[in-house]
Amino acid sequence: MASRAIEAEGLVKEYPGDVRALDGLSFAVEEGTVFGLLGPNGAGKSTAVRILTTLARADEGTATVAGHHVSADAASVRSTIGVVAQRGGADREATARENLRLSGRLHGIRGSELERRIDELLERFGLSEAADRIVRTFSGGMERRLDIGLALVHRPRVLFLDEPTTGLDPEVRADMWQEIERLGRDEGITVLLTTHYLEEADRLAADLAIVDRGRVVASGSPDALKRELQGDAVQVELETELNGARAGLDRLNGLREVTIDGRVLRARADDGARAVPAVLATLDSHGVGVASVTVARPSLDDVYLRYAGRTFGEADQNDHVEANR
Amino acid sequence: MTALAHTRYMTLTHLRQLWRQPWWIAVSLVQPVIWLLLFGALFQSVADLPGFGSDDYITFIAPGIVIMTAFFSAGWTGMGLLEDLDRGVTDRLLTSPISRPALIAGRVTQQTITMIIQSLIMVGIALIAGASFAGGVLGIAGLIGIAALISAAFASLSLAFALVTRQEETLIATLTFLQLPLSFISSTLIAPDLMPSWMEKLANYNPVEWAVEAGRAAALGEGGFDVVVTRAGLLAGFAAVAAWLALKAMEKYQRSL
Repeated sequence: MASRAIEAEGLVKEYPGDVRALDGLSFAVEEGTVFGLLGPNGAGKSTAVRILTTLARADEGTATVAGHHVSADAASVRSTIGVVAQRGGADREATARENLRLSGRLHGIRGSELERRIDELLERFGLSEAADRIVRTFSGGMERRLDIGLALVHRPRVLFLDEPTTGLDPEVRADMWQEIERLGRDEGITVLLTTHYLEEADRLAADLAIVDRGRVVASGSPDALKRELQGDAVQVELETELNGARAGLDRLNGLREVTIDGRVLRARADDGARAVPAVLATLDSHGVGVASVTVARPSLDDVYLRYAGRTFGEADQNDHVEANR
Repeated sequence: MTALAHTRYMTLTHLRQLWRQPWWIAVSLVQPVIWLLLFGALFQSVADLPGFGSDDYITFIAPGIVIMTAFFSAGWTGMGLLEDLDRGVTDRLLTSPISRPALIAGRVTQQTITMIIQSLIMVGIALIAGASFAGGVLGIAGLIGIAALISAAFASLSLAFALVTRQEETLIATLTFLQLPLSFISSTLIAPDLMPSWMEKLANYNPVEWAVEAGRAAALGEGGFDVVVTRAGLLAGFAAVAAWLALKAMEKYQRSL
């Protein structure tokens, strides 16, 4: 129990207009790990972060961060966490150094200890040269690095990163990924990361929870989640109608969940490479022409499809309007 | 202790933000001077009207303009907060151990300090323009104290309003709507005896009028010490209510998240 850095239990949050942003969200994060909350826009990830960082209050449910209750002991939570919100929130009319100094002072760090820590963070995030420049003149990547630096001044035990790479160039995103990996590895800090990029969660998170419409629909390590799908995805693009081949496919050993969507045939196989010849032979024997065949290891996208009942791209589009209200 | 320290950090942060806007400094210094000299010249002959009671108009309006400037510029305090809300600065601070009242007090203090400096400059210009303050240094200090009170009150109200509406346009429209009527239903520019009687009655409930009466009584050393004390008391009460409203509005804002 003591090794839980974050525990959320049955969190519910409703906003005026019958918007149920969280609908019984529960998850737990082990200390010293990078945990990902993955879901499309509007799934409730940011609402969860707002509650866990004491910014908002849950209507129902309880949560603790570093052992402190988020509403009963909000002050203790605030002094143990670092937060990088989606919108950042650095003072853009101040310099990087002034921003860091204010952050440190609000956490009760002062004098030479604070100045040392500021220099350390500026160095670490490659901002030493820009330390005394007004933040307004920073590039997107620089500002994001400063945001993370601001959240780390007081050496928090738990760091919240809400969509840390949204809106960044691919290049800058790759840098940011390295930075986040380094945080988890070198500092033993617990990181809660929200993202709507599947690849980001796959790469960074040791464990993750897939969130859809305010609930966790699946959780585990990315590998375990993919393993649960049992097998590779086989996709065949057909040139002609399936005719009577369907029954033959259903009888094939090691092939499951055969579905047909227009002229695209999808199935799961324990070993995709081995299943393909048999599939092709069956199709051929029924005179069905084949345009292409792909075999893919399961991706988080497949996991999402399986648990949320829709593809990730669809959910992201549909919920986008709502999220931007 | 923490609340005071945090208020100091936030005040310095906001003062520095202003300091880095040379245009803002230029305009906010020049504007009251222009008012003082412009109104002084424009309404010069008002002092000749029977019943005005004074023939030295610049001396009469100088305290009024100081109060009017305090009240006008304090109204805009909410704009900076709206920008911070918009950029997520306020939310970031709310997840830190910052003392909540410091988020309000820092801006009010910055506004009031700025106001005191502006007032000193205006008093200096008025003296050069020929005004004479019979209340002496103490009277001028009294005027500036009163200006600080009304500045703190309207700065708090502006913050409360900004937190509740969260729209720049609404704040701008409301200020534009209120500023001139509140200034005209007062003796800022004209002796109370020359006001229509319904306006004079209405003015009794106008905090701007309280400040003008008290500020003028202090600076010109006329009207009696009790005018200064009673009006200052009313203003202090008004400022306290406004500060309370701003704190409540901050709580309301956080509950809406």
